[in-house]
Amino acid sequence: MPLSRRLVLGASGAFAMPGLLRAQGSNPIRIGEINSYTSQPAFTLPYRNAMQLAVEQINARGGVLGRPLELITRDDAGRPQDAVRLAGELYNDQKVDVLAGAFLSNVGLALSEYALQNKRIYIGGEPLTDAMVWDRGNRYTFRLRPSTYMQASILAEEAAKLPAKRWVTVSPNYEYGQSAVKWFKQILSSKRPDVQFVAEQWPALGRVDAGATVQALEQARPEAIFNVLFGPDLTNFVRQGNTRGLFERRSVVSMLTGEPEYLDPLGDEAPEGWIVTGYPGEAIDTPAHKAYAAAYRQKFNAKPMCGSLVGYSLINSIAAGVAKAGSTEAEKMVEGFRGASFETPAGPALYRAIDHQGTLGVYVGKTALRRNEGVMVDWRYVDGKDLLPADDVVRGMRPASAT
Amino acid sequence: MDSIIPQLLTGLAGASSLFLVASGLTIIFGVTRIVNFSHGSLMMLGAYIGWSILTRLPRDPEWFILGLVLTVLAIALIGVVLEVVVLRRVYRAPELFQLLATFGVVLVLQDVTLWIWGAVELPLPRPRWMRGFVEIMGNRFPFYDLILIFVGPVVLGLLWLLMNRTRWGTLVRAATLDREMVAALGVNQRTLFTSVFALGAGLAGLGGALSLPNSSANLNIDLSIITDAFVVVVVGGLGSLTGAFLASLLIGILQAFGIVLVPKITLVLVFLVMAVVLVFRPNGLMGRPQAEAREATVAAPVIRAAPRELRILGLVALALAVAAPLVVGDYYLTVLTDACVAIIFATSLHFMMGPGGMASFGHAAWFGIGAYAAGLLMQWIGAPMPVGMLAAPVAAGIVAALFGWFVVRLSGVYLSMLTLAFAQIVWAISFQWVEVTGGDNGLLGLWPSEWARDPTIFYWIALVLAVGVALLLRRALFAPYGYALRAARDSATRAQSIGLDVKRLRIVALVIAGAACGLSGAIFSYSKGGIFPTYISIPHSVEALLMVLLGGLQTVAGPIIGALVYTGLADILVRSTDLWRLVLGSVIVLLVVAFPEGIAGAARRLWLRGREA
Repeated sequence: MPLSRRLVLGASGAFAMPGLLRAQGSNPIRIGEINSYTSQPAFTLPYRNAMQLAVEQINARGGVLGRPLELITRDDAGRPQDAVRLAGELYNDQKVDVLAGAFLSNVGLALSEYALQNKRIYIGGEPLTDAMVWDRGNRYTFRLRPSTYMQASILAEEAAKLPAKRWVTVSPNYEYGQSAVKWFKQILSSKRPDVQFVAEQWPALGRVDAGATVQALEQARPEAIFNVLFGPDLTNFVRQGNTRGLFERRSVVSMLTGEPEYLDPLGDEAPEGWIVTGYPGEAIDTPAHKAYAAAYRQKFNAKPMCGSLVGYSLINSIAAGVAKAGSTEAEKMVEGFRGASFETPAGPALYRAIDHQGTLGVYVGKTALRRNEGVMVDWRYVDGKDLLPADDVVRGMRPASAT
Repeated sequence: MDSIIPQLLTGLAGASSLFLVASGLTIIFGVTRIVNFSHGSLMMLGAYIGWSILTRLPRDPEWFILGLVLTVLAIALIGVVLEVVVLRRVYRAPELFQLLATFGVVLVLQDVTLWIWGAVELPLPRPRWMRGFVEIMGNRFPFYDLILIFVGPVVLGLLWLLMNRTRWGTLVRAATLDREMVAALGVNQRTLFTSVFALGAGLAGLGGALSLPNSSANLNIDLSIITDAFVVVVVGGLGSLTGAFLASLLIGILQAFGIVLVPKITLVLVFLVMAVVLVFRPNGLMGRPQAEAREATVAAPVIRAAPRELRILGLVALALAVAAPLVVGDYYLTVLTDACVAIIFATSLHFMMGPGGMASFGHAAWFGIGAYAAGLLMQWIGAPMPVGMLAAPVAAGIVAALFGWFVVRLSGVYLSMLTLAFAQIVWAISFQWVEVTGGDNGLLGLWPSEWARDPTIFYWIALVLAVGVALLLRRALFAPYGYALRAARDSATRAQSIGLDVKRLRIVALVIAGAACGLSGAIFSYSKGGIFPTYISIPHSVEALLMVLLGGLQTVAGPIIGALVYTGLADILVRSTDLWRLVLGSVIVLLVVAFPEGIAGAARRLWLRGREA
């Protein structure tokens, strides 16, 4: 059947053409980005806005390696299996040079696994899980944002300064919540052997029965509370806790609660005096952050959220990594991204060569009410490099193959 | 133990909230026999519309009540629109088809809500009276929760009066017992159905608005509340208001104390309760055995072997599928591999659902068990792909046999709900038991053996397995066993009287379907490189239903066509628009209205027209 054979060959040639055309000259550097735009819109939409802003700014400066950046985004619908399929689409069909993205930890891990198998580079922006750079870390995966460990360790440090000895924990029952509690307990106990944890609550993610949870915590008569709840769970918890007086005369230490994504919805019921990690937003008065916030506000007429900071820094970090590599070839990019330093609105950061973790830092401070809105006060920025364990500990956690 | 009373009261407040949502669902089901998946979406709309109204009103209690009334009316109106525009057109469709339509509505409403109210959750600012508390046994108890405790019984009382002291209520009760008889007596069914739907929707709206002071209007309400509502309705007995009330009390209180005693397994607890209740009382606490709708006793058409033309078409499609790697790029190859997985996923569900007559709402459970069996073997003993692919159907089949013992004594929606409960338990284990399953981070590093790593080879493996499974299932269908199974579906009593062991037939069907589905889970995991709890999520189970029903229940080709259409449609939509849920939902609704017998069914009808005249 010579005819059909020719047809088949012709068809496959036609499919291959765009790839041939793209391979030559100063075509854009394509960044394929996958995130949970429909299932986590509160976090990912400001994030995508900021990515577009960063791409525009970099292109206005002449791009990277003389080539403009181009951003292609895809929605994973909160499903890691979809993310893997779309990663294939972006690399094989859209011919992207760099894969980036993910909000959920499992999507991040699925993409990192894809990157390892296909020997392609993947830069995770938001996923928090420690596994991504440590026990499941691999050669091709980098992660920007401070991890669960980093957030929990700075909070444990702050908690150790409190007089409280009787602690309780409340955390969504899944990997992130369990890791956060594990690290917090471990670090706080090593700094303060006199501390004891007298109760723990593990509501199912997204389905907290806040009244019963608050009541159960109250029953343990704690002196301090470590909270990992976020989103609608946090809103329910705070409201019941306020009414039932759970937080009165007690210290509360809380993961991520200072992020506007989670603090704003609390409105005038935002708790006061909680020690939190988060993002003070436009209260940050460094020149770099002011310029960034002004540009963001001008373009989108909205205040920059924590997700915006991550999205903006992610694109800048990719630009820096590619520039340092001097190539978009995967193996060269891995070497280039290792130790690549980049500017973020929060301050300079780099991707550590030892575990590919970004050193973007953490804002830690206290919550307060200003004009009936929750804000962060007394905050300081802690550089990410100061929040990580010693190098030999990190080497021990990372698989030997991840070099 | 001075905390028992406050914890009990907390449980009662939770029970009231549950009852509001569940009561609407149970009333709607009782009369229209519709399993309304969009009930949670109506509650979500109630929260959002309630938020929009209440934030514009003064914050005093009397205005709050006015806001509630307005919200209830608004949601009731939306319910009427929904009923008239969508559901009215599918009452005549086979059972479960309405479920498909309501799921389309869920998807549409998710995007509509996001579009109108935005992504950020919207809490209702609480005025002082809502923040008040009373001191009970040395513990503060929220004043608002105290009110909630009374709302449940009051609503129950009002509904009782409505049902027992009005003519309308009498008609509703009559329709719950025997809908055809009511119609035969000259009652206008259309207005009755519409008004029932409005009442149910209004109750959901009330539940949504009343939840505002304790939480917020957010986009996750719909799917998180609907499972709870299903559980309550099923435990209480479908169509029974008192049953729903008792079930809410049981679950609300159990939840409150479960949090203190076993904080880590509250999620599983609820579904365990449901499973236990159904095992001992197959019709729920207060339910009666379902009067069989009369249409259902008309035996479904006999599945016949496909005509010659269709076989040729199938062979051509197969030839194209085999040759596909020569033509398409790597990406489309993975989509085709996904399609092969979907074919096994859908045909296995069709086997128990079509010929077996057991509709599963939790088919993803088998998918997940197969996947985790392969993944855990890889993790524990480094089992390679062939071992994993063999272990997956075996594991899923064994679990199906155990589960089958519980499930085959049930029928209809109760059976479907028990499968849903089972899938949720499996999901909760995979999600929360981080030490073994890796939790939501999943099991990683599950890749094909070296020789099968090339996407083309792997695709051919998936294709061979998909075609093989489909042919085997078809073979079973036309074997004596298949005829016996269909006899048991069409009339269990007659089948029994001619000596067929109906229970055994059904268990075997479940094992076959479960094992096949487990295999698809393993193939999928090897193609994605990992296993995640999302494989077992409710939307994934619904996807299986969608594929089967879209394709058509009454032909063997149906689920295959459904799987292909759904996979293709979802892939194209997700990549082309952020509003893919809106489009996909609308397409589903349109397909359901246009082809109530599924795509393959409609094609078959067109084909037969003029040939069998």
